Amino acid sequence: MKKTFWLAGAMALALAQPALGADSIKIGFVSTFSGPTAAIGNDMRNSFELALDHMGRKMDGKPVEVIYEDDGQKPDVGKQKTEKLIQSDKVDFIVGYIWSNVLLASLKTAVDSKTFLISANAGPSQLAGELCSPYVFSTSWQNDQTPQAMGTYMNQKGVKSVFLIGPNYAAGKDMLAGVKSTFKGQVVGEEYTVWPSQLDFSAELTKAKNSKAESIFVFYPGAAGVQFLNQYAQAGIKAQIPLYTAFTIDELSLPLQKENALGVPGAQQWVNDLPNPENKKFVEDYRKKYPNLRPTFYGAQSYDAAQLINSAVVAVKGDVTKKDAMKAEMEKANFKSVRGPFKYGKNHIPIQNFYLQDVVKDADGQLALKTVATIVKDSQDGFHDKCPMK
Amino acid sequence: MVLVEQSLNGLQFGLLLFLLAAGLTLVFGIMDFVNLAHGSLYMMGAYFAATFTAWTGSFILGVLLALGATLLLGIVLEFVALRHLYGRDHLDQVLATFGLILFFNDAVRLIWGPAGLALPLPAWLTVPVQIIPGVYYPAYRLSIIIVALAVAALLYVVVMRTRIGMLIRAGASNREMIGALGINIKLLFTLVFGLGAALAGLAGLMQAPILTVQIGMGENILILAFVIIVIGGIGSIRGAFLAAIFVGMIDTLGRAFLPDLLRTVLSSAAASTAAPALSSMLIYLLMAIVLVVRPEGLFPAAKR
Repeated sequence: MKKTFWLAGAMALALAQPALGADSIKIGFVSTFSGPTAAIGNDMRNSFELALDHMGRKMDGKPVEVIYEDDGQKPDVGKQKTEKLIQSDKVDFIVGYIWSNVLLASLKTAVDSKTFLISANAGPSQLAGELCSPYVFSTSWQNDQTPQAMGTYMNQKGVKSVFLIGPNYAAGKDMLAGVKSTFKGQVVGEEYTVWPSQLDFSAELTKAKNSKAESIFVFYPGAAGVQFLNQYAQAGIKAQIPLYTAFTIDELSLPLQKENALGVPGAQQWVNDLPNPENKKFVEDYRKKYPNLRPTFYGAQSYDAAQLINSAVVAVKGDVTKKDAMKAEMEKANFKSVRGPFKYGKNHIPIQNFYLQDVVKDADGQLALKTVATIVKDSQDGFHDKCPMK
Repeated sequence: MVLVEQSLNGLQFGLLLFLLAAGLTLVFGIMDFVNLAHGSLYMMGAYFAATFTAWTGSFILGVLLALGATLLLGIVLEFVALRHLYGRDHLDQVLATFGLILFFNDAVRLIWGPAGLALPLPAWLTVPVQIIPGVYYPAYRLSIIIVALAVAALLYVVVMRTRIGMLIRAGASNREMIGALGINIKLLFTLVFGLGAALAGLAGLMQAPILTVQIGMGENILILAFVIIVIGGIGSIRGAFLAAIFVGMIDTLGRAFLPDLLRTVLSSAAASTAAPALSSMLIYLLMAIVLVVRPEGLFPAAKR
């Protein structure tokens, strides 16, 4: 109610004095703030707010206004919210997007209106390939990259066969395709589950167990990761078949997965203990500002998204109508990313390192994620050739 | 071997759905009251169990306390809000109880935060047990089967063999008449609603260690519960029991065997995509067929 009131007020003001809008940088932020995966959206918002705090809540001296919108994890709602932010709020940048299917539904609106869209998580293969756009940047990865790193790690470990399980939507298919593209052993089975409604994985686990595969790979973000891991451990499969994951264990799911996650490896482009000074500052200040919470990779990517926008705004001295100059600046990735330095491919997807992370007990006796090794250096997605941009 | 295991998976899922559907069918059938907030009670059961288990340090104690708490919550809810809606149109009830879903979701967000809780199992429930030679089954899933069967038996005895049960059955057949015969129908309704709430809470807390304890956890599964009471016949516990096992079996076996079946006719990629969609449709297909062939459900309660 209050929000509607303010929005109405802001809109009335924008109508009365069109010049006023130019004095602030307007950013729309679409993520999931309700339902079972709201914790992810909260972490992204927290990190984005922290980044703004670190900038003094100004970009090139101009105040920053952020409008957060909830997509409810639904593509149609995400598209509506994107349209609203672009058409009636007239935002300069639009950021966020956890889910590949939500992003794909919202993409056209942003591209057609030439509004810069920065994906702080979702990385569907189409975005890196045929749907790449001068107005779209990613501060995350292309979906296949992380599981590709996992597949490479499994080769390094000498794993001979794998059973793949993932959710039946855009990202799930990309993830399983990613592992298959690098894993040299045999893929014994491949199961897709109904997303996001299926919560019980007993049928799939039974199949995996009876497939005699040497390993299982899964991709289950958010609460589904908790459910999968709990069921995997309870079924006693943990002692028999080792599990390899992508985006299944993070700082949000770990407090719920507890000991079930111990020793289950994952691949990630950012881990909380990466030793660069920006990352230390990010993690420490995050934990100070939000006691009892720990930042996740979703948050790190959102923090980087704020920095990327800032770099563009500073380069054009606050004149956000200079889109070509902003695009050119963003392509340089000229900011101190919390994952360490990276470059952009021509499709605006990062070329970056992927690390092996493991679950360990930290100094306080709490479960935490820890970087174990670098799996691949400067990994680039496999779809950049399909992107017509130069 | 695989078939045995998958059937157990289906049975376990079905019995869990039965716990949820039993309460719903009691309230719907006997009180003629559409309670969309049934899923919220399921959620509350899980949150109570997680909280009490953390407080007491004992899973069993936590579960028992949570059962009592959901029962109490159900009774209070009936007394404060729902009893004013009995005479109203079904649409009013749907609106009001939908409002309750929003209320409970936000109340949970305020009290426990948005992140969800964990309900860890005691060690003796986390090991797989050998049920027949060569087939291991998770102890906890087995315990769900046992508890749900025990509850089903208990419900049968209470409804078919006791005076309260007689009144409940009478209420399901003809509400006005048992009121006219001097039975305190208000008290009976409060009791039935409390019982329904406790059953929903039991389903929620039994499911909690397998799934997560989170906001909105009751909403997806409530749809299945409605499907079950439609298939089984509204107000019929026996119908809910059999329909729940049907639905559990069809859902699980569909997921287990449909992909391989489809792969024999379709390309592997197409089959992988189509199978989960198709298997999740199967139960709705079943419901549609039941509605066409026997609109009153497979095992309807005796009507006036």
